Amino acid sequence: MLAMDITINGESRQIPDTCSVSQLIEQLNLTGKRLAMEINQEIVPRSTFESHIICPGDKIEIVGAIGGG
Amino acid sequence: MSTQMQQNKTPISDPLVIAGIEYQSRLLVGTGKYADLNQAKQAIDASGAEIITMAVRRTNIGQNPDEPNLLDILPPEEYTYLPNTAGCYSADEAVRTCRLARELLDGHSLIKLEVLGDEKTLFPDVSETYKAAEILLKEGFQIMVYTNDDPIAAKRLEEMGCVAVMPLAAPIGSGLGIRNPFNIATIVENAKVPVLVDAGVGTASDAAIAMELGCDGLLMQTAIAGAKNPVLMASAMRKAVEAGREAYHAGRIPKKRYATASSPVDGLFF
Repeated sequence: MLAMDITINGESRQIPDTCSVSQLIEQLNLTGKRLAMEINQEIVPRSTFESHIICPGDKIEIVGAIGGG
Repeated sequence: MSTQMQQNKTPISDPLVIAGIEYQSRLLVGTGKYADLNQAKQAIDASGAEIITMAVRRTNIGQNPDEPNLLDILPPEEYTYLPNTAGCYSADEAVRTCRLARELLDGHSLIKLEVLGDEKTLFPDVSETYKAAEILLKEGFQIMVYTNDDPIAAKRLEEMGCVAVMPLAAPIGSGLGIRNPFNIATIVENAKVPVLVDAGVGTASDAAIAMELGCDGLLMQTAIAGAKNPVLMASAMRKAVEAGREAYHAGRIPKKRYATASSPVDGLFF
């Protein structure tokens, strides 16, 4: 099976080749959650989740809002 | 908020205006450190706060996917969120955090910028704060900025274009109260944007003192969430902020060393 290594929130993961951001979010059971994402320190706007294809070695951060002062 | 809703509320005589938006509450509160999100909501509602802070952190991947979410319990449609950059020790980290926050809140650009210097004091790193502010202002963010109780730094941040300046009263979470009232008063005197005390308040009297000094508002977290009864303390803080504001407008009597009798001397019968 084709796969590539990426890093999500500091953890190494393997995901299938030609995976879009939307597909990744679905795989992680995060569909519909309020989140924001950056890949290699660049924001990935929600409007591009469908079209943005993840590349090998990408460093992905998925963040949400939590309580804070 | 619709104009209709505004009109139905108590007449607004003394709103807090930040970046052109009017708020009736001068108390801003955090959403962290509570026993749970329900307690957070109760305390926030008791405080009367309209602006509430939040932090941006990694989402749990795989674990607890159904964990209650801050934005579900306290919906952005009902409160004005002020995402913070807590935990950032460089301009770069703070800028990334703000960009993510804006994406998370669908383009909302009001943010609380704080760039910290060290873990022991959590004092602001003012030079990194300037750097971050410069980048964020160019990107269209509206910045409420955490800074030292330093009138020069506060003025400079205002002149750069920050929409509110938020000097600390004492270290974050310390509860030491207003350690340098003279500097806070000088910052207020110099400022054309709202000045809010952010950090260091311990109890209601501290909040009243800040307001009596002429501050436009306060932002607090630990003083409420860390109290034995956070909901009651939130209510106390609301009253202290209102009382302090009224006292500021009322104009206090000058302090004197000796007494002035409160009852007339004329007409004494002995």
